[in-house]
Amino acid sequence: MSARLDGPLAAATEWFDGRSDAALLLMLAAGLYALFTLVSLVLGYDLGGIVNTLRRITFLSAIYAMLVLALNLQWGYTGLFNLGVAGFMAIGVYTMGMLSTAPTTSPPGLGLPLPVGIAGGVLAAALVGTVASLPALRLRGDYLAIVTLAFSEIVRLTYRSPVFETFSVGGVSLGTGGSTGMSLPTNPIRMLFYENPQEVTSPPSAFGEAVFGTFEAIGVRAPVVEGTAYAIVLLVFVAGVYGLLRRVGNSPFGRVLKAIREDETVASALGKDTRLFKIKVFALGCGLMGLAAILWRIGGLASTEDFRPITTFYVFVALIIGGAGSNTGSVMGGAVFASLLFEGPNFVRRVATQYFDVGFGQTPNTIFEAVGPLASLDLTPLLAYTLSDVNVSALRLVLLGVVLVYLIQNRPEGLLGHRTETAASVDLGERPGGEER
Amino acid sequence: MATGTDTSSLAAFVRERPFGIALAVLVAVLFVDLFRKLGAGGITVADLAGFLKDGTVLGLSLGLAGIGLAMTYSILNFANFAHGDYITIGGVAGWIATFLVSGLGSAELESLALLTASSRTLGVSVATAPVAIVVGLLVAVVLTAAMALLIDRLVFRPMRGQRGISLLIASVGVALAVRYLLVFTLQSGPRGLTAGPATPSWDLAVGSGTVTVTAHELTLAALAVALMLGTHVLLRYTTFGTAMRAMADNEDLAQVSGIPTERVIRTTWLLGAGLTGAAGFLIALERGALTTSFGWQLLLLVFAAVILGGIGSVYGAMVGGLVIGLASRLSLVWLPESFIIVAAFVVMIVILLVRPEGLLGGVTTV
Repeated sequence: MSARLDGPLAAATEWFDGRSDAALLLMLAAGLYALFTLVSLVLGYDLGGIVNTLRRITFLSAIYAMLVLALNLQWGYTGLFNLGVAGFMAIGVYTMGMLSTAPTTSPPGLGLPLPVGIAGGVLAAALVGTVASLPALRLRGDYLAIVTLAFSEIVRLTYRSPVFETFSVGGVSLGTGGSTGMSLPTNPIRMLFYENPQEVTSPPSAFGEAVFGTFEAIGVRAPVVEGTAYAIVLLVFVAGVYGLLRRVGNSPFGRVLKAIREDETVASALGKDTRLFKIKVFALGCGLMGLAAILWRIGGLASTEDFRPITTFYVFVALIIGGAGSNTGSVMGGAVFASLLFEGPNFVRRVATQYFDVGFGQTPNTIFEAVGPLASLDLTPLLAYTLSDVNVSALRLVLLGVVLVYLIQNRPEGLLGHRTETAASVDLGERPGGEER
Repeated sequence: MATGTDTSSLAAFVRERPFGIALAVLVAVLFVDLFRKLGAGGITVADLAGFLKDGTVLGLSLGLAGIGLAMTYSILNFANFAHGDYITIGGVAGWIATFLVSGLGSAELESLALLTASSRTLGVSVATAPVAIVVGLLVAVVLTAAMALLIDRLVFRPMRGQRGISLLIASVGVALAVRYLLVFTLQSGPRGLTAGPATPSWDLAVGSGTVTVTAHELTLAALAVALMLGTHVLLRYTTFGTAMRAMADNEDLAQVSGIPTERVIRTTWLLGAGLTGAAGFLIALERGALTTSFGWQLLLLVFAAVILGGIGSVYGAMVGGLVIGLASRLSLVWLPESFIIVAAFVVMIVILLVRPEGLLGGVTTV
């Protein structure tokens, strides 16, 4: 199906095509940073607040970019519709937690070094991905979607079950914390700044003291410095995953994946064991999802609430925004989703409440109290109702749904998906004198 | 295949279906264990009967909620992820109507329309307010059908003929928008609906204990069976039913045979969503409470029921619903309560692997 390319969309497409991937990413980053700096200024934040805002959108963008890249490998490259993203993320995080939290905490862990925990989490996610793919890949597209979604719910409900809140295997106590969740090991970035990174009250190390002192002088507090450093580390991770997947995509292996997406029968007729390829892709993608989730939650709390199916849908929306099949598009989709759709509405709420001063003393409790005064042309109660915390979160998800429907109807190929790499290494679509693909 | 003697054909049979055989053995072992537990007093006969009753009620709910999904799945060839929220719409719209009819005058209008009025004070049950319940059921059917038609017009109709996955993604968008618009208007948080313990109920003596059956469970069961039979008759003996089945088999062929496909699709939505709305209302009646996400939480189980029965098969949805309902409740014999849903999902995945075409597979049309 070819998309309707009307007015602004056509112009945007043309504009995108004229630029290299690096330029696109840099321009997007610059645009988002400029936008959020402006919003922070409007909100009257000081330098510390501005840095913190940018830190937050960088952090979320990086995490979503990694998740989307992993999903793009499965769906964009190979055509596997995996709706179990949240489940594989949970496996990564919980395995890491159970391996690396101290045996003395509640719930107890094994207390292994953090690198072992992280590697274990990623491997566990990859391994479970492999095991899940064995049967799942025999199914057709929509069944695969339903089965993987059910699988992620099985994972979530199992981690949530009181049975595994704390349990012991062969005399060793372990636990998931059930519905209360599990505190994860401290963020390793603290090693850079603190003498005893494990302790919250640790004094800063010599390096930490110097850095904190410098930034304190311009009004950026220590936790913000720490978080910003971590966000920069995450960008390095995104670059790493991007590089890895680019190499995978351009390798002979990657060409087979694209061939599977385009026509599996042809790929297997050419002697490729498509099942094996799919299993490998599933394992690699799920491992990367586990890694992204670990980087997301580390230093915080692992809670089954974070791994509801909505998390999977977030990643899908981000992928569809960016365009399935394009790695650069995936990164852009992750950033656009995280900053504009995920964080954006909250900033809109803050700006709106600051500017319109909508009488938050008497925020209406029900839609009737909000809509009733409309009869006397009083918009304020409705605005106050709409802009309340809970309702902005609800409307954000309505917006997400509408965006999803709009994109799939009008621009299913997303920002960059029209540049989907084909299985052939030369472009067969643009034969001189021939008709277009 | 079968080559000569009985033993070799048996060996071939086993070799062809390793998963199936393993599954059959597992089920047999579980049944033996069930009887051992009954004999040893691990569970009582009344416990078991209670599980069976709960499982049947859940199964009938899932089956009824699944018919609409099975119908649209077979005609439009996509897994509608918004179906769960159609169930919610039915429950919410129907119960607002029931509240308004039963409480107008005695309670504040706003609290009735937002379902926040005290359910104990209203005391709605089939015995005390049959009219309100019938009105609610009708409103649930009509409003859900109307909403499904509207959504079809806005979202799915412009996408006719696209791949199932594109439609599936669009339906995820619809699900999110519908659910959170409900949250926006009603606010989340559970709502009590019926008179609760004041609902008529009967204790049946089973073995040494009793099993309690409420009037609402009976209502749900009776109406579910009646609606399923009605749907069956409709699809089997009317022109519409024939046209729908023809379309499910081969849409192009149906179209060249002069079947107005677009009209059949509309009627399918109308019927399917109407039944779904009724299911939502009745499930809320049986549970005595609802939340803005109760349909979404049922969705995967409904999918399980529909897939189990074979997509597009209405009988299949009923049978699948009963299997899923019974399996999840019977799992309580072996598993802790937190695994009820896990057990149902596992059953779905296992059956999909063993028999991807569903229990009544091959019968994809009605």
